[in-house]
Amino acid sequence: MLQEESDLSLIIAQIVQKLKGSNLYAQLERQAWASLQRPEIKLESLKEDIKEFFKISGWEKKLQNAVYSELSVFPLPSHPAAPPEHLKEPLVYMRKAQGSWEKRILKSLNSMCTELSIPLARKRPVGEQKELLNKWNEMGTDEPDLSLFRPVYAPKDFLEVLINLRNPNYENGDSLSFRTHLGLIQVPLKVKDIPELKEFFVELGLTTGQLGIDDSTQVPPELFENEHVRIGQKVLTEQDSAAAQQYIRQGSPTALRAELWALILNISSHPEDILYYEQLKTNVIQHDLLVDSLIYKDVKLTASNDDYYFVFEDYLYQVLLCFSRDTSVLSHFAYNSASPPKSYIRGKLGLEEYAVFYPPNGVIPFHGFSMYVAPLCFLYHEPSKLYQIFREMYVRFFFRLHSISSHPSGIVSLCLLFETLLQTYLPQLFYHLREIGAQPLRISFKWMVRAFSGYLATDQLLLLWDRILGYNSLEILAGKILAAAVFAFRAVNLMEVTSLAAAEAVLADLSTLKVMPLLQIFLFATVT
Amino acid sequence: MSRPKNQNYKGHGLPKGKEREQRASIRFKTTLMNTLMDVLRHRPGWVEVKDEGEWDFYWCDVSWLRENFDHTYMGEHVRISHFRNHYELTRKNYMVKNLKRFRKQLEREAGKLEAAKCDFFPKTFEMPCEYHLFVEEFRKNPGITWIMKPVARSQGKGIFLFRRLKDIMDWKKGTAGKKLTSLEAQPARNTVNPSGSHDTRSSEDQKDEIPVENYVAQRYIENPYLIGGRKFDLRVYVLVMSYIPLRAWLYRDGFARFSNTRFTLNSIDDQYVHLTNVAVQKTSPDYHPKKGCKWMLQRFRQYLASKHGPEAVETLFSDMDNIFIRSLQSVQKVIISDKHCFELYGYDILIDQDLKPWLLEVNASPSLTASSQEDYELKTCLLEDTLHIVDMEARLTGREKRVGGFDLMWNDGPVSREEGGPDLSGMGNFVTNTHLGCVNDRKKQLRQLFRSLQGQKKTPN
Repeated sequence: MLQEESDLSLIIAQIVQKLKGSNLYAQLERQAWASLQRPEIKLESLKEDIKEFFKISGWEKKLQNAVYSELSVFPLPSHPAAPPEHLKEPLVYMRKAQGSWEKRILKSLNSMCTELSIPLARKRPVGEQKELLNKWNEMGTDEPDLSLFRPVYAPKDFLEVLINLRNPNYENGDSLSFRTHLGLIQVPLKVKDIPELKEFFVELGLTTGQLGIDDSTQVPPELFENEHVRIGQKVLTEQDSAAAQQYIRQGSPTALRAELWALILNISSHPEDILYYEQLKTNVIQHDLLVDSLIYKDVKLTASNDDYYFVFEDYLYQVLLCFSRDTSVLSHFAYNSASPPKSYIRGKLGLEEYAVFYPPNGVIPFHGFSMYVAPLCFLYHEPSKLYQIFREMYVRFFFRLHSISSHPSGIVSLCLLFETLLQTYLPQLFYHLREIGAQPLRISFKWMVRAFSGYLATDQLLLLWDRILGYNSLEILAGKILAAAVFAFRAVNLMEVTSLAAAEAVLADLSTLKVMPLLQIFLFATVT
Repeated sequence: MSRPKNQNYKGHGLPKGKEREQRASIRFKTTLMNTLMDVLRHRPGWVEVKDEGEWDFYWCDVSWLRENFDHTYMGEHVRISHFRNHYELTRKNYMVKNLKRFRKQLEREAGKLEAAKCDFFPKTFEMPCEYHLFVEEFRKNPGITWIMKPVARSQGKGIFLFRRLKDIMDWKKGTAGKKLTSLEAQPARNTVNPSGSHDTRSSEDQKDEIPVENYVAQRYIENPYLIGGRKFDLRVYVLVMSYIPLRAWLYRDGFARFSNTRFTLNSIDDQYVHLTNVAVQKTSPDYHPKKGCKWMLQRFRQYLASKHGPEAVETLFSDMDNIFIRSLQSVQKVIISDKHCFELYGYDILIDQDLKPWLLEVNASPSLTASSQEDYELKTCLLEDTLHIVDMEARLTGREKRVGGFDLMWNDGPVSREEGGPDLSGMGNFVTNTHLGCVNDRKKQLRQLFRSLQGQKKTPN
């Protein structure tokens, strides 16, 4: 009891500390001062009156949302005496693996830099700045020569690293038993099994209405859809973050989605936010980073070639170029097992005073990175709002998909969950695929790393991301669960293939899949 | 226009009784070598005839029609894919005339409000005969942009934008202009020799003959709705089985075609900015074939719904229904409604920033060549369903409201989504039976349809 209480007060103290530095605090203070003018505020009961005022005027709700937001990202409670590395990643071998992976990436980036004789960063000449400013809304029309650039890494490179991950303290003996994990990931992490998943994802059950299933044309809207939309509108009027998160577990109506996501992520467009974005834009205009070329290349290779996202090409540049310069992103490294790469001013290698984070936000994009942003363009059209939403999604969820950690939503756990589910519930399929050299993870890995963006039809993807937000967890993401469900769905065809290439072909096109029915069937209708 | 009785029991135009005997095989002919050929060849019981063989079904091109229709005898059951004088709808100058006349008639009969429903066509003037009217309008609205389009060409050929009269003075002096000045005195209608839409003769050839290349000058829509900063137009498919009475079907799928470059009014010379036909875009230096620059209508509809809400989208789509129906009604009395004929039109619609749809043009021979796998699927299904409705196999009862991806939009009167007849009182919950951009579960529907048709055949009437 006592331990819990002291944990709680520690958390409260930390959140208060965090919020004190935020905009909201300043606004609340201003509001409190302004409220003294109001007749209902009396000196004798000042504290209660102001509290009452906040409640009525909606400011309490905003504070509530902010606290809720902090709690969502707050790392799991740990021992008060734990060093900061533990907050990032408690397991030493994982930290080490992440560290050496980062070294490799940075090495690759540096060598590209040297080969091409391009500086990591340079100031743009005034003429170039003007040109870029003019072209800001149509950067996609630029066709710079990107042939010499290559992505720093692709998901499959990352997969190789994960496959070779081993816990040095773990020895599972030479003998194979029926409990041996046959998949590629060989680390002993705890993952949920289906009964636990059923409990966690209880709102996705067969008896609960879902958007993505119960709004199909055969179902009369009176049964579920109309009521659900009405509740959604109510949630938005109340501006309650926590309620929105609960609500969205059953899916969000198309018309309400943009607002609901903004509410859950606690994004509001204040002038300060727009100003911040403009500042980032100015940074982009003034300085050119090597990373920019990587971003260009990635957008051209992935989003521009996508049948649906090509239209949003320009928005992608506007978001990603600013993103690389946003130092506020650095704060997420406190709970990310990764660390921002450091670079040194020319000639001062090794001297800490001359070290800078590179890129400024500490995130080096990989092949397919721009696909995190693309689906959001469907919902948000105002660049600074789009930017904020993406940034928040990244520091809450996406970063876990490409860093090595033991977190249950981290990619390692997700892969392990996928393989375990598949091996447990579709052993024949799993074994068959393994025999023909088509380890299932090799196929599904890329889906998971990209959170299925670019693989599912947009409306289905958005329904999936609704649930990520609702459960504050990536486990559903392909969460191995969806990936497993997909395999289960195509099991019949897969049983017949005889090569990795053929297996890939069977699973190549996910654009016709309906996410929610798949998930429901796999989770709730399979015999366990 | 008289009101029909017992609307809901009215068939959609199939001949009854012994004329609808089943044929052992259906002989088809076509000159098109694209998705259509694939669909025809795969249709069970359909056999291709070449050259001079007798045919039951001909998907012809318009030049053949022009030369041969009048001398060809067609049996009762024979079907052909065009109406004799389709150009009343598909040639821009005729369409404008017909629409203007229809509008006047509506105004006389039903008042200004009703007539205003025909204001979906940007102000257009035929050149050369309406040149002076055009100049008057031009002077009333200085600074706006106009677009000059040849009436009979397709794929974006010959189109240009202008803002100054000087620009068309120059054009007047050119090849086309010479004809313009020479014909300015005569009424254009009688001398017109409707040239085929797939006219591939070069402008050199045209100089030698005295073909009349008419143009229309049309008000350019300067505030198009943009997605990702790009202009787009919509291609929608409408199947007309007869004009008298008017029976039209609307296909659920279609696509939005994007221009490859960002929209700006600064560069009116840049064809690639303004013209969204795929044919033009294909020649743009930015064009990447993988991209395809098309969105399926479902995606477009979802995008709009998430941005503007479902009601605004409903309004937009019902305004588009209005365009289809009114445009067909305006040529109803002019087109020779031959029972052998049917036609699949490709409507080009432009949406402006106020979510108002505008009719750009109607194509009698919409492109059936596929630009991508998805496009191939769409066109194949579209053609299959078209053939289902033409029903050479005599399977349908004639009372269907939906066949595959086609919904019966107009059956000598509006068709209601609900069972039973439309609410003739005019008010109430009448919802039209159109589902443009909605889910197209055609395979399932076709299975159910044909299964029930089989069942019906077995039970004696």
